[in-house]
Amino acid sequence: MLGEAFSQAVSLILSGDPDLFEILGLSVQVSLSALFFSVALGLPIGATLAMTQFRGKKACVTLLNSLMGLPPVVVGLLVYLMLSRSGPFGVLGLLYTPTAMVIAQVVLITPIIAALTFQVMDDLHREYRDIFQSLQIPLRHAVPAYLWDARYSLVTAVLAGFGRAISEVGAVIIVGGNIDHLTRVMTTAIALETSKGELAIALGLGMILLALAIFVNAMVTWVKARAQRNAYV
Amino acid sequence: MSEMTQRATGGPTAQISDLRLTLDGTTLLHDINFVTTHSGTTMVMGPNGAGKSLLLRCMHGLLTPSHGDVQFFGHSANTTRHQQAMVFQKAVLLRRTARANLLFATQGRNLAEDAIDQALTQVHLLDKAHQPARLLSGGEQQRLALARALLTQPRVLFLDEPTASLDPASVLIIEHLILEATALGVKTFFISHDIGQAKRLASDVIFVHRGRITEHSNADTFFTNPQSREATAYLNGELVL
Repeated sequence: MLGEAFSQAVSLILSGDPDLFEILGLSVQVSLSALFFSVALGLPIGATLAMTQFRGKKACVTLLNSLMGLPPVVVGLLVYLMLSRSGPFGVLGLLYTPTAMVIAQVVLITPIIAALTFQVMDDLHREYRDIFQSLQIPLRHAVPAYLWDARYSLVTAVLAGFGRAISEVGAVIIVGGNIDHLTRVMTTAIALETSKGELAIALGLGMILLALAIFVNAMVTWVKARAQRNAYV
Repeated sequence: MSEMTQRATGGPTAQISDLRLTLDGTTLLHDINFVTTHSGTTMVMGPNGAGKSLLLRCMHGLLTPSHGDVQFFGHSANTTRHQQAMVFQKAVLLRRTARANLLFATQGRNLAEDAIDQALTQVHLLDKAHQPARLLSGGEQQRLALARALLTQPRVLFLDEPTASLDPASVLIIEHLILEATALGVKTFFISHDIGQAKRLASDVIFVHRGRITEHSNADTFFTNPQSREATAYLNGELVL
């Protein structure tokens, strides 16, 4: 049975099954959109936290690190409460739309990107602080230099965020509703098809998801290796 | 270096008055007072943990003294910060090529087009200009750090054990560059434990012990007839506690 499902899954992929690729397309679209907003929020948050001193900084760092482990279903529930008809943003009618799924993923992965950015920038800032001060490097030149010199580590952080977003199921199924042709993404489709006993499409999507995860990890490894080769880490 | 012009030194080149540094309730530098009236190299010597690096960091503004005043050429250290540069014991280089490191340090400064190449040539690194700086050897990294500091055309140069654990060739290149810079009027403060090096470079010597200056005398006097018990013991290779 498993072998049959596997061969059906392969044929679904190779034949370019429209349903399967619609789900794949929406998954990538939602996760890339979430990644865009999370990078826009997470990089400045992490960098600012690393390069500034203020009372309560340690508490902020602890909170940020804790938020990295946010349970997706809790995030899904919170976003659901915000976007439901009786919630503060219910009037926008975003529940069960891809936008709601993007919002949930942004909440999930922004802390990851911000926390990893903080760690990278904090290390770099400790290393460069004295020499930048000695050379009288103005902030407008220092910030781009930090970002440029941390580029490989930051790319790794961004890829980690994407990996988390694309493989997440708990939050998007709550706020997206897993509606066919509207909010069905790979992870929610796998959960649904498995519960229906339709293993072929579940396996096909699983194989693509696995391939994506392997690709992302391979990219991380390649980026790290390239950086290490040039002593840029 | 060729950009530098000879600078006349009339009054004090450096004047440190009642400088005290207290961190976390512990006083690490006690009432430091000294004046240097010449360019050339003031060697800062003393046992490990005496406070030599802290003193240079305070003078350069990397640490804010708890009390006291630092002046260079009759002006507050804060107003002359852009005329100072520092080379640290461990070269801190950006994650880019050797050439890009120099370019970064000199952005916004009015330098001749070939200044970067000249600087790289002076430190014998022109052939490694496009190599990642952090892949250079320890000696090469330190030479690059010195080239970077000199490219900013400082009037005051702080050197915190820049030749510690370097090969003789690199030490020779660095010493040659420092002599060249001081000849052009750059005031240099140099921390070293190498007595031979101190004899080669020093105009005068400040001896620091337990956060206090126990002796400040010209180099000849210091090495032939040290006035303080601690400096005598240090030069004799005895344990200075």
